[in-house]
Amino acid sequence: MTRDPLKLVLPLAVFVMAIAAWEIYVRAADVPPYILPAPSLIAATMKADWPLLSASLLVTLKTTLAALALAVVGGVALAVALSLSRIVEYSLYPFAVVLQVTPVIAVAPLLLIYMPQDVAVLACAWLVAFFPILSNTMLGLQSVDRNLLELFRLYGAPAQGGWGARIGSRLKAFWYLRRPAALPAFLAGLRIAGGLSLIGAVVAEMAAGSAGAGSGLAYRIIESQYRLNIPRLFAALVLLALMGITLFLALSALTRVLLRHWHESALPRET
Amino acid sequence: MNTQTLVSLDRVRKVFANGVTALDRFDLDIREGDFLSLLGPSGCGKSTVLRLVAGLTKPTSGTVTWPGSSDADHRGEIGFVFQEPTLMPWANVADNVWLPLRLRGVSRSEAKGRIAESLALVGLEDFAKAYPRELSGGMRMRVSIARALSVRPRLLLMDEPFAALDEITRFKLNDDLLEAQRELNCTIMFVTHSVYESAYLSSRIAVLSPRPGRIVAEIAGVSSSERGGDFRTSLAYADLCRQASLALTNSMAGGRLR
Repeated sequence: MTRDPLKLVLPLAVFVMAIAAWEIYVRAADVPPYILPAPSLIAATMKADWPLLSASLLVTLKTTLAALALAVVGGVALAVALSLSRIVEYSLYPFAVVLQVTPVIAVAPLLLIYMPQDVAVLACAWLVAFFPILSNTMLGLQSVDRNLLELFRLYGAPAQGGWGARIGSRLKAFWYLRRPAALPAFLAGLRIAGGLSLIGAVVAEMAAGSAGAGSGLAYRIIESQYRLNIPRLFAALVLLALMGITLFLALSALTRVLLRHWHESALPRET
Repeated sequence: MNTQTLVSLDRVRKVFANGVTALDRFDLDIREGDFLSLLGPSGCGKSTVLRLVAGLTKPTSGTVTWPGSSDADHRGEIGFVFQEPTLMPWANVADNVWLPLRLRGVSRSEAKGRIAESLALVGLEDFAKAYPRELSGGMRMRVSIARALSVRPRLLLMDEPFAALDEITRFKLNDDLLEAQRELNCTIMFVTHSVYESAYLSSRIAVLSPRPGRIVAEIAGVSSSERGGDFRTSLAYADLCRQASLALTNSMAGGRLR
């Protein structure tokens, strides 16, 4: 990565200026806090309501991370299964697509009927995050250099030997060749899925609404809206945004660490 | 000169799935210690011959046999170098060279000496820890050759390995390849479409006709033991180039008449 200080300073300056303009406008025009609270009031609310908000933050964070983890496990496992066997690919892939193209908000009420609320929310978030990991990992697994595969046939597989030997050589090619080759695409999918699992969690919490003892951040937002507690709504929103940013930065850092030696995307540009 | 036949292709015919006949009535003997070049226009089936010898594909009819051996599988005795270096970008040079041995179950520590030897053969001792992206095109090809040599092949198959390199790099690699052959005492089968390259390297040049490919002429080269350091500027070399060039022109003309 290029360490250009401007890359950090410029967006920060814009951010600080926007916050300052917001504060000045609210004070100068005397906007009531139930219409638009000043940043200082949002900060104060965040501090005052911290016990409540932090508990909600923890709930949403847990849902998001659990959904992401399950999406990685499920998506990668399915992608591997699909790439190893044509039959599995033909029979299962269309259903994965159907799951993806159905808007998750429309499925959420059903899930809420069939499952306990926390499980339903998790299932929703998982559904959204699952597909980018599956499709990206599949793409990565299939985009292996043909000549390298030939090389594997030449050096790896015994010409004779039954079914077991063939499976063995296929697994070898998978582990030494397809796995590392798929890594960049998988990581791209992971970065998308990270954002989507948060969105999925929020959407599901909203759909769950007041159906139970749900106390995630999205639930706090709905609740604050009903009570016209706009400062708290903003505070919850800020926490969601921070969570999204942290998740994105963490996954980008992971990508850089894993690819820094060899992949074009992780290399500094010569100038 | 040892003239035992290593591999023999007898009346080989190869038709691809799309109906194209790549080779027809193709006969060729590869003799132990040969540096045999297959010279021909592009698309004449040169690469297919290599793949047949390597066992990567089967002939439609005819046979590929190894007269001196009773084993059915000869892939253990073969090193293959592709037109592109085809290195694994995520692995460093040493790990790339290790790959064929690794696939045969040789551990990294056991393979260490072999990797170092192979890299030394191509003059890349100091780059074991480098990643392919950090190397020039010529150096990547050297790594690819080191990888093929790591299994100490009896027969090294090379598919236009230097076609994408500049002339200076190519000349250097030509010399280094001959040197490596002397040291390892292996047989090399080399596909090229360069008359000059084939004349410089080969102890035998087999000229192929356009598709369907067939041997139309065989020219004896000057083996590396009987040539001097100034071979590239010698009369013998110029004469070889002329012969090979003539044979190639004839084969092309014959192809057009048919």
